[in-house]
Amino acid sequence: MSEGAFTAAGGHGAVPTTGVPSGEGAPARPRAQPLWEVFVRSARGLSHTHVGSLHAPDAHLALRNARDLYTRRQEGVSIWVVPAAEVVASSPDEKDAFFDPAGDKPYRHPTFYSVPDGLTHL
Amino acid sequence: MSSGTADPDVAAYALRLGDDALVLGQRLCEWAARSPQLEEDVALLNLALDLLGQARSLLTRAGELAGPDEDGRVRTEDDLAFLRHEREFTNALLVEVDNGDFGQTMARQLLFSAWQVPLWTALCASNDEGIAGVAGKAVKEVTYHLDHACTWVVRLGDGTEQSHRRMQAGLDEVWPYAFELFAPDPLVERLVGRGVAADPAVMEPQWRATVEQVLGEARLAVPETSWRPSGGRSGQHLTSFGYLLAELQHLHRAHPGASW
Repeated sequence: MSEGAFTAAGGHGAVPTTGVPSGEGAPARPRAQPLWEVFVRSARGLSHTHVGSLHAPDAHLALRNARDLYTRRQEGVSIWVVPAAEVVASSPDEKDAFFDPAGDKPYRHPTFYSVPDGLTHL
Repeated sequence: MSSGTADPDVAAYALRLGDDALVLGQRLCEWAARSPQLEEDVALLNLALDLLGQARSLLTRAGELAGPDEDGRVRTEDDLAFLRHEREFTNALLVEVDNGDFGQTMARQLLFSAWQVPLWTALCASNDEGIAGVAGKAVKEVTYHLDHACTWVVRLGDGTEQSHRRMQAGLDEVWPYAFELFAPDPLVERLVGRGVAADPAVMEPQWRATVEQVLGEARLAVPETSWRPSGGRSGQHLTSFGYLLAELQHLHRAHPGASW
């Protein structure tokens, strides 16, 4: 499995894109369509939340595909689509350095004072 | 929804519009699990589901306004969808034309949705409360259907050499059937006079402007044929329509009254 390309497209993990039998005589079709991450705002005043991803050739169709796939049950009032390739993610290798230092600092949580009864607009 | 008194003209009009939506919805369902991509599979069935919703309301309205049949029963949406024969369906031929390839399906959708947008826009002001009620919801749905069809027609028409050729072939195939939607008709004339129906003479130029703009953008030629098949409104359908109905009606006829 060393030769040939792999892709994680579509959330299936690493799958080979070359050397896969795909019907007699028919050349393997390239997955030319890039991946898009979809964010949906469920109501005015709330923030856009990541709901999944999809394939589309460009932004116009990505937005329409997102509408059809992710807002069929009135989930949203606004959609963002973002090219997955443009998302910069933290590396799993840096997990310790990034996140562990916050682990022993419970005083950063607002749990060390009591809220008087009847206080509403805090 | 109020039942109202029997009104055969409005019943026949609601039935036409309901049959259009029902039959095109059924045709689009044939794409289930066969679409070019998963996203499009869902999109096409969303369109079908919108159309089915329109059909349900319209057939219900048609049944109410047709009055009781010889057994004294008012026919329900299910009676009308599942228990009529081929010659009793009054949908336009355009909606029953075979899916062909994806390009042909999108060409058909463009021609039909470009008609449904001015149709439902006008019918929001219909004097029939049942039809006006459907229109208010349907106009938003079909605006998206048109957007979807335009997206693909332009993309395929102005795409590769192959996609252009096949898009043009699909358009040529369905084009002649569109004109039945605007054909002069005594029923529609009477109902336009009563403020119930949308006027085909007003809709045709709007339809033409929309379609020609999209075809221009898609670098597709407006077909020049003057062949104008019709007959759907009077129950004369294409050969393949019987097979469509068989699939649509089989379950209900085999298991009368079956429900989810």
